[in-house]
Amino acid sequence: MTMVLTEAQNLLKDTARDFIQSKAPVAALRQLREYYKDLPEGSCNAAAIELGYSQELWEQMSELGWAGIVIPEAYGGLEFGYQGLGVVLEECGRTLAASPLFATVALGAGCIQEIGSDEQKQTLLPKVAEGRTTLALALEEHPRHTPTRIATCAEATDDGYTLKGFKTFVLDGHCADQLVVVARTSGGIEESEGISLFLVDANAPGVRRSRTAMLDSRNVARIVFDNVRLKSEALIGMEGQGYPALETVLDRARILLAAEMLGGVQECFERTIEYLKEREQFGTKIGSFQALQHRAAKMLTEVELSQAAVMAALSALDENSSNARLLASLVKARLNDTFELITNEAVQMHGGMGVTDELDIGLFLKRARVTMQILGDSSYHRDRYASLSGY
Amino acid sequence: MNELTEFRQQVRQWLEQNCPVSMRGAAALDEIYRGGSRETFSSDEAKLWFERMLDKGWTAPGWPKQYGGAGLSDPQVKVLKQEMKRLGCRAPLEAGQGLAMLGPALLEFGTEQQKLEHLPRIARGEVRWCQGYSEPGAGSDLANVQCRAKDMGDHFLINGTKIWTSNADVADWIFCLVRTDPDAGKQEGISFLLVDMAQPGVSVKPIELISGDSDFCQVFLDDVRAEKHNLIGEINQGWTVGKRLLQHERTLMSEIGDLSMGAASDLPECARLYIGLENGKLAESQLRMRVAQSEMNSQVLQLAQRKAFEEAKSGRVNPAATSFFKYYATEQQSVRYELMLALMGERALGWEHKRMDVSSFEDQELSVTRNWAFSKALTIAGGSSEIQLNVIAKRVLGLPDRTEGANKS
Amino acid sequence: MDFNDTPSEAKFRAQVRAWLKQHATPKINGVAAKRKLPEAQQLQAAKHWQKKIYDAGWACITWPKAYGGRGGTQMELVIWREEVADYDELDGFFTIGHGMCGPALMAYATEEQKRHLLPRLASGEDVWCQLFSEPGAGSDVAALKTRADPCGNGWKVNGQKVWTSGAHFADYGIVLCRTDPTVPKHQGITFFFIDMKQEGVTAQPIKQADGGAHFNEVFFNDAEIPDIQRLGEVGGGWKGALTVLMSERMAVGSLQATGFPELLSLVQRLPLEDGFAIDNAAVADKLADWYVKHAGLKHTNSRILSAISRGAPPGPEASIGKLVAAPMNQDINSYAVQLLGMNGMVTDPELAEKQAHFQKEMLFAPGIRLAGGTDEVMRNIIAEQVLGMPQDKRDDKDVPFNEVPVGV
Repeated sequence: MTMVLTEAQNLLKDTARDFIQSKAPVAALRQLREYYKDLPEGSCNAAAIELGYSQELWEQMSELGWAGIVIPEAYGGLEFGYQGLGVVLEECGRTLAASPLFATVALGAGCIQEIGSDEQKQTLLPKVAEGRTTLALALEEHPRHTPTRIATCAEATDDGYTLKGFKTFVLDGHCADQLVVVARTSGGIEESEGISLFLVDANAPGVRRSRTAMLDSRNVARIVFDNVRLKSEALIGMEGQGYPALETVLDRARILLAAEMLGGVQECFERTIEYLKEREQFGTKIGSFQALQHRAAKMLTEVELSQAAVMAALSALDENSSNARLLASLVKARLNDTFELITNEAVQMHGGMGVTDELDIGLFLKRARVTMQILGDSSYHRDRYASLSGY
Repeated sequence: MNELTEFRQQVRQWLEQNCPVSMRGAAALDEIYRGGSRETFSSDEAKLWFERMLDKGWTAPGWPKQYGGAGLSDPQVKVLKQEMKRLGCRAPLEAGQGLAMLGPALLEFGTEQQKLEHLPRIARGEVRWCQGYSEPGAGSDLANVQCRAKDMGDHFLINGTKIWTSNADVADWIFCLVRTDPDAGKQEGISFLLVDMAQPGVSVKPIELISGDSDFCQVFLDDVRAEKHNLIGEINQGWTVGKRLLQHERTLMSEIGDLSMGAASDLPECARLYIGLENGKLAESQLRMRVAQSEMNSQVLQLAQRKAFEEAKSGRVNPAATSFFKYYATEQQSVRYELMLALMGERALGWEHKRMDVSSFEDQELSVTRNWAFSKALTIAGGSSEIQLNVIAKRVLGLPDRTEGANKS
Repeated sequence: MDFNDTPSEAKFRAQVRAWLKQHATPKINGVAAKRKLPEAQQLQAAKHWQKKIYDAGWACITWPKAYGGRGGTQMELVIWREEVADYDELDGFFTIGHGMCGPALMAYATEEQKRHLLPRLASGEDVWCQLFSEPGAGSDVAALKTRADPCGNGWKVNGQKVWTSGAHFADYGIVLCRTDPTVPKHQGITFFFIDMKQEGVTAQPIKQADGGAHFNEVFFNDAEIPDIQRLGEVGGGWKGALTVLMSERMAVGSLQATGFPELLSLVQRLPLEDGFAIDNAAVADKLADWYVKHAGLKHTNSRILSAISRGAPPGPEASIGKLVAAPMNQDINSYAVQLLGMNGMVTDPELAEKQAHFQKEMLFAPGIRLAGGTDEVMRNIIAEQVLGMPQDKRDDKDVPFNEVPVGV
C-alpha cells in the first residue's frame, strides 16, 4: 500500500488543479445548469447545455491524456494507474466540473477493459483514450442502488439477442456514443447468476433516451430498450457470467467516485475555515469561538481520515489487491458520511449566506446528496462491509 | 520452531507468576510509567512490575544485553509481546521518544561509547527524552532548520528555538536537528545532537492554550553547550539520522494503534459469540450496523496512521496527526467498549470482588468490564479530547484565539 | 401540569374541529399541496384564508377583541394551531406579523395606531415584516449600522437590512436603527415601524440554494419616518427588540415543523427492497427515536404555554423548541430524501411530484436553523440564561459603538 503520491502523481495533481480551476470553475456549472430554466436566447452556449458539459473542455482534458490514464499502453492509454485518475477526479470534484470522464472511463471503459474481447478492446479503448468515444453504463432500474436486481432482459435470437427493458439514472447516458447495458440472459430477478453485459450503440433503433433534471445538475438519463436487436458480438464477456466483472468495475468506480467526493469535501471545508477567520460578530472573529473551533477540529479529523481512506483504496486498485472490495465499501460509506457532515456544517457556519444561491456552498450541498446515492448509500455499504467481513 | 515454543511457555509462566494482577488490563494514562528524573510510579505494584521486567532486560527486550536489553531475537520479542497481550500485561515503561525512537537510531548510527552511555539509561527509565525537530515558522517542512550550532573546537554552541516539543517540560535530554553549515543545501548542513537539558541557557515554556493546559512546549536554546561526543553520525549528515528516526515512529504509531484496539479488538468475534449469526449475518440488524460502523472507523484510523507514517518517512510531518490520532483513537475506543457492553448484555456487568463469588463470569468478561471503565479515562487523561480539539483548531487550522480575534485598533 | 384538555378546552377544541372540517382544505397523504404553489398565488390563498378565519372570529386568538382578536387564552391558541396543522392552509405569511409586529405595536404604539393597524393585520389585509439583521450584523444583531438621523418632525433612515422575510410584498415593517453611535452598541438603538411602500425603501429578493426567494435585502435611501412611528424611547430600541425577539423564538418554536408526520406518512407507503419502509428495522428504529423527540417537543411546548397561561412571561426555555426542532427537521428531510434514493434527487416535476416536497424541505431546512437566532445563539441563551453558566467574555460590550474598530 502506498500512501504518499509519487513525484509524477503530484505533478499530475498540480496540472489538473491549474487546468480545472481556470477552465472549469464552479461558475461553469452555473452556466450549464441554465438547462433547467427558461433560457434567454443566445445567453450561453446552447450546444454545451444540450450536452450537459462543454465539448471543448472534454477535448482539452483528453489532450492532456486524462481519458486514457488507466487504459493500458497497448490500447493507446497512459497506463498511469488509478491513483492518477483519482487525483484528477478529486480536482474535478473541487469545482463540480461537468465532464464525461467518470462515466466513460470508470464505468463504461472499465467493463470493456475487465472482460471485453481483444477485438472490443482494440476497437474501443484507443478511441476512448483519445476522447473520441464516450461511454455510459446502463445499470440501475430502481431508485436505490441494487446491482443484482436486473429485469432488463436479452433474449437469444438466431444471430444475437433482442434487448428489452428500462434503465434509469444512467450517468451521462443522454449523450454517450455507446452504452454498456447490464441485462439478464437467465436466472431470477435477484440473482447474480445470469447477468450479462452488452455493448449497444446509443443511436440503435429502439433505444430511446431522455435526460433527467437532477438536483445537482449532474447528467443522467432514462433509457428505454424497445426490442433492440443486437449481434452476438455485442456480448461483453461470457453469457450469464457478467456479474463478477461488473462488481469489480463497480468497486473501482465507487473508489473513484469517492475521490471526486473528497475534492468537494476539501473545497467546502477550506472555504468554511477561511470564512471562520474572516467573519466578525460580537466584536471578534467567529473563528475564535471555542464552540465553532471544536466543530472545525472535528471536521478536520473526518477530512484527514477520508483522505487516508481514499488513498489507500486507490492504491489497492493499483496493486490489484484482494482488499479492494472491502475498501470500496469502506471508502464510499465514509465519503458519503463526511460529505454530508461537511456540507451541513459549511452551510450552518456560513450563516444566512450559506443558504443563498449566490454562494457556491449550496451547490456542494446538492452535489453531496446526489453522490451519496450513486453506487450505494452508507447503509448499503455498511451492510456490504459486514457481509464481506463474515458477520 | 521448538525453541520458540519452549520460550513461549517460559515467558507465559514467568508472566503469570510475576505480573501483579493490578498491572493487567488497560492502564489509565496517569498510570503509565514514562521514566525520567521527574517521574514517579503510580503504585508500589507498578514499581515492582517495572523492576521485575528490568531485571529480565525486558523493558527493551530486543536491545543487546550490554546496552540494558535482553538480546532477544525479533521472533522472541514478538512472542513476548503476544504473551503480554494475552494476559493483558501493561508495558512496564512507556515506549516513548527514548525507547522507541532515539534508541533504535543510536543502535544504528551511534558509536560504541554513545550506545554504552545512553542506551542503558533509557532502558532503566532514568532518562526521559524529547524531540527537537519543529521550529517556529518552519511548518511541516522539517528540513528547514534555523537553530544554529557553532563548532567551538571541543563542543558545539547552540542558539535557536524548537516548538511543539511534546513533554519538554518533563524531559531530561533532548535530541535536536541543528544547522551546522548555513551555506550548504537545505538538507545538507544539518547535524544531529544530543543535548542535556539540565544546563543554563535551556528554558522550556509550555504553550498555553485557551484551556490553560498543554502537552506541547517551546524550547529556547541560548548559548547551550553540547559536547562533541554527543554528535550522532557525521557532521552535516544529521538529516539521514533524523529521517531514519522518524521511521521508528512506526513503533509509536502502532502503539497508538494498539491503544485504539485494546481488548475490544475483536468486536466481530464478540458479536458472533454473544449475538449469534443467522444466515451468516449477526442476528440483530441494528447492532450489526453498529459493529460494522465501528470496524470501519477503526480500519480508517489505521489507514490514516499508515499514511502519516509514510509521510513522515518521506520527511513531511502531518502537523494534525498527533492530536487527531489521540482524539479519534480514544473516542473510538470508548465507543467500542460501549458497544461491547451492549453486545454482551448482563455478561458485561460483573465486577471482581474479594469476598463475593464472581465465578459465573469468565475472566475475559470481567476484563472487558474493567477495560470499559478504564476507557473513560483515556479521553480525559493525557490531554482530554477537548484539548486535542483546541490544539487542532489553533495549531493546524490556524483559527484565531479570543484576544487575536478581537478588534484592536 | 396536565396535558389533557379541561372541559372548557375540550369544548373549544370541538368547536374548532367542527368549523375547520367545514371550511378548511384537507391535506392529501400528509402533504400540504398549497405550499407548492407559486408565491403570488400562495399569498393570495393565505390572505383569503386569513380573512375567512378573521370573519369567523378565529384570527389572533389571544389578542383583545378591540384590536381584531378573539380575546382568548394561550391554550386556546395552542388548540387552534394543533387542529389547523392537520389541514392544507397557509399561515406562514403572517407568522412574523402576528407573532412579533403585533405584540410590538401593542406594547409601544398609540391607541389610535393600534385601533387602525392591528385589525388590518389580524384580517390579513396588511402583511408585516421585521427588519433587524444586516450584512455585518447577523447573529450579533446589536452591531447594526442602519442610521436614523433626526430630520424635521421625524427621522431620516439610511442603510441596508438583509434576511428580511417577505419584504417584497410587505405593507409595513418594524425596524431597528442606530440613532446614537457615540454610546455602547446596545444603548444607541431605536425601534420604529415603517411603511414599506413609501419612497426610499427598496426590497430585493435573495435567491436561495433551494431555488426559492423567501428572503430579501432591503435598502433605505433617505426614507422618512414620522416620529409618531417610533416604538418606545429613543435609545431604548434594543430592550424593545429583545421582548419581540423572544416572541419570535416563541412563535418559531411553537409553530415549527419537525417533519415527523410527513415522514411517517411517507414510510407507510414507500416500498424498499424488502417490503414497505416502515417494516424495515433500521427505519423503524429511526422513527422511534424521532417520535420520542417529536412527542417531547409537543409536551415541552404545552408546558411552556401552560406556564404562560398562568401569567408567567415567555422564558428562555422557548429556545429549546427551536434548537431541537430545526436540526431534527433537517435530519428528517435529509433522511427521507435518502430513502427515496435517486428519486429524491430528481427535479423534473413530472417525475418528482410527490417527492419534491422532501427535496424542497431538505434544502430549505438549513435556513430554519439560522433564522430567528442560530443554533449557536440558542445554545448560548440556554447555557447562560437557563443553566446559569458564566457569561462569555464580550469584547465590544462597553465600548462606544463608533469606537469599535471595523475589521480588516
